[in-house]
Amino acid sequence: MELYFFYMFSGGMIITSLLMITRANVIHAALLLVLTFFFLAGIFVLAGAEFLAAVQILLYAGGIMVLYLFSIMLMNVEVAVRMRQWHRQGVVVFVAAVLLGLEIWAVLKGVEFPAAKQWEWSLGATPGNVEALGAVLYTKFLFPFEVASILLLAAMIGAIVLAKRTIER
Amino acid sequence: MIPMTHFLILGAILFLIGAMGVLMRRNAIIILLSIELMLNAVNVTFVGFSRHLADMTGQVFAIFVITVAACEAAVGLAILIALNRDRTMVNVDEVNLLKW
Repeated sequence: MELYFFYMFSGGMIITSLLMITRANVIHAALLLVLTFFFLAGIFVLAGAEFLAAVQILLYAGGIMVLYLFSIMLMNVEVAVRMRQWHRQGVVVFVAAVLLGLEIWAVLKGVEFPAAKQWEWSLGATPGNVEALGAVLYTKFLFPFEVASILLLAAMIGAIVLAKRTIER
Repeated sequence: MIPMTHFLILGAILFLIGAMGVLMRRNAIIILLSIELMLNAVNVTFVGFSRHLADMTGQVFAIFVITVAACEAAVGLAILIALNRDRTMVNVDEVNLLKW
């Protein structure tokens, strides 16, 4: 049962992402990527990462993709629909993709994974996924957490400076 | 229980689709969207390992990846808006002032 849902979600992800990279209209591409993220949230729930599934929908689909859509509407994108959409380097890209795929396949084929550990996970269990994640994030990974906040601050200042019309000296 | 190779293969397929989007498209916004797809493919792998090893670290790192993706989206879109301001430049091969 779990496996059927996994195949359904992953099939949906692959189809929507293939459609996403072939659209001429960027708004359609952004909305297809939102759909991909919804399927990905389903996969996160199947893998026992409930908090990440919620973050995926609230923050990715609801935050980052809305930022994309607002920025697309600020730009002049209608002209791009009528232009040539593809680089003239299809053969090179195909060869690179096949090589990368073969490399990933060889690594996956050759490696010995440690045996799966069973964790007592079930949907709605207590203490749940959020408590467990918070306990690790705010103790063992407190310093990377603070570094991530500095990264967000730097990105915010950088985005404002780059998108500002003129900078007074 | 989903086998971990399923997660890894799904992550690899999504990463390849994203990489092909980055390499083949001219539209800069689609390239940024493809980069988001590649970052999410990495998240699939992290969460698969987290499930397999019964360890929370994979999910913590997925959160950090989402943070970096948010930063990348903000700065990338700001660059695109700055490029788009004076004249319409949405294709990456038109931005070739520094190209040798």
